[in-house]
Amino acid sequence: MSATSFDAATPGRTENDRGQGAATAREIVLSLRSLNKQYERGKSVLSDVSLDFPAHGVVAIIGPSGTGKSTLIRCINQLVEPTSGEVWLGGKELTKLRGAALRAARREIGMVFQEYNLVERLSVIENLLCGRLGYVPLWRIWTRNYPESDIARAFELLDRVGLGDFATRRADALSGGQRQRVGIARAVMQSPRLLLADEPTSSLDPRTSVEIMTLMRDIAAEQNIPVIINIHDVALARRFATRIVGMSAGRVVFDGPPDELKDHHLTEIYGGSASGEWIG
Amino acid sequence: MSHTNDAPRWQRFTRAQRLARFAVYLAMVMAVVWSVQNVRVIPEFLYDAHTQMADLLRRMWPPDMAYYPATVHGALIETLHIATLGTILAVSMAVPIGLMAANNIVPIRIVNEFAKLILVASRSVNSLVWALLFVAIFGPGALAGTIAIAFRSIGFVGKLLAEAVEEASTGPVEALRAVGAPWPALLLKGYWPQVQPAFWSIALFRWDINVRESAVLGLVGAGGIGLVLDSAMNFFQWTRVATILIAIFIVVILAEIVVTQIRKRLI
Repeated sequence: MSATSFDAATPGRTENDRGQGAATAREIVLSLRSLNKQYERGKSVLSDVSLDFPAHGVVAIIGPSGTGKSTLIRCINQLVEPTSGEVWLGGKELTKLRGAALRAARREIGMVFQEYNLVERLSVIENLLCGRLGYVPLWRIWTRNYPESDIARAFELLDRVGLGDFATRRADALSGGQRQRVGIARAVMQSPRLLLADEPTSSLDPRTSVEIMTLMRDIAAEQNIPVIINIHDVALARRFATRIVGMSAGRVVFDGPPDELKDHHLTEIYGGSASGEWIG
Repeated sequence: MSHTNDAPRWQRFTRAQRLARFAVYLAMVMAVVWSVQNVRVIPEFLYDAHTQMADLLRRMWPPDMAYYPATVHGALIETLHIATLGTILAVSMAVPIGLMAANNIVPIRIVNEFAKLILVASRSVNSLVWALLFVAIFGPGALAGTIAIAFRSIGFVGKLLAEAVEEASTGPVEALRAVGAPWPALLLKGYWPQVQPAFWSIALFRWDINVRESAVLGLVGAGGIGLVLDSAMNFFQWTRVATILIAIFIVVILAEIVVTQIRKRLI
């Protein structure tokens, strides 16, 4: 089968390229080593995924629905436990961690969700402060007595995402785009080493999607946070990513810069016989 | 238009389903017939019921208003205290048990089942029966009434609370887990804001019910206005009975209004 040879060849080639580049110029922040995930025995959602992520830039993971993108990204912060394989974040292997050590690792990874996942009945500013829940002692959370430095940072970030006037609004009073801005700000509140985004624009209209992607790219660049984004929209991925990882049926089938992503790769990733039918 | 036999036909139920539904209806009718036979209405008593009713009302009129400040008022306040304290006690016990019963908080089946057993046990016993029990333990008075109200309410509050917690959406909780929040913080910031309206609504609703329930607890000696009602009835002091019934009626209406107003503001 042609797919098999493609699987074998492409990631190998790009991984070598990456490997050399990383060794010389760039620090690797996250390493995935032969990740496998089976929710049911014998049904692999992820098969032998190995990827390295440098400490800068935006990586887009593209692929059809149900191909394991969401699972992959949740395996990174252990919201989903991989069946086997390793996740290395800054010298720590996360799959072995439990309890307090796992929580300490998670607070170094920010995450943005498709459905925003804000606490709807809390104010916008308190949603931002929720990004500090891994750091702030419990009595301060209980009494809503957050450290002043956290509050100052929350207001600063709220201004940065353009919602300075919305601090005391309840999250459920916001529009989708505004909620996602809050979601991004909450993730950045963690001062993370890495930002994950799971289909952050899928519930938004095209214009707002571009605004959100722009904001995420820019804010990550300002704060020096690398970003990994699951996205099914190829045009957005090409426009905003510095590197694209294509997945199909739980495997990495493409890994390279956006301009190397050709129509035959997309056919490989998304399926279909004649390329060009749906590739805009 | 004429329909031929091969035209597509649609029926909501299959033949077996229709038979089963007919059987259910039949069983319901039989149950009604059976229970009417069982109640054994005595016609002689039924025939003069309206004259008895009129007679009773005549004897109640006019209500003995002087009796209100003398005795009824104090008993009424005691009734409200029993209801309020009983509800607070019940809620404080129902919260941990309700959380234990919620599968998304404690994902251990056996703990859930155990907590649900406690909740069912609490609900399966009527307040009056609980009161009889606690009068035997603590002696007659408001203490027995308060504990009885509390024990009956644990099941109600705990069950509804567990359901509200289980219905909480998982998204925000997942987000806070991703943030690295410890589990008490998940409860405080992930679940509590979502459950809060339901919690207050349940607690107020139960208080409303408890005001009514504690009004009858005195019949078995567990304090409150029921005690006064019981003795007035025993001495055939119908004008006093009227005063007491009116007082209970007004308090129940007031409780209803207060609860409705507060709930409106909460949600």
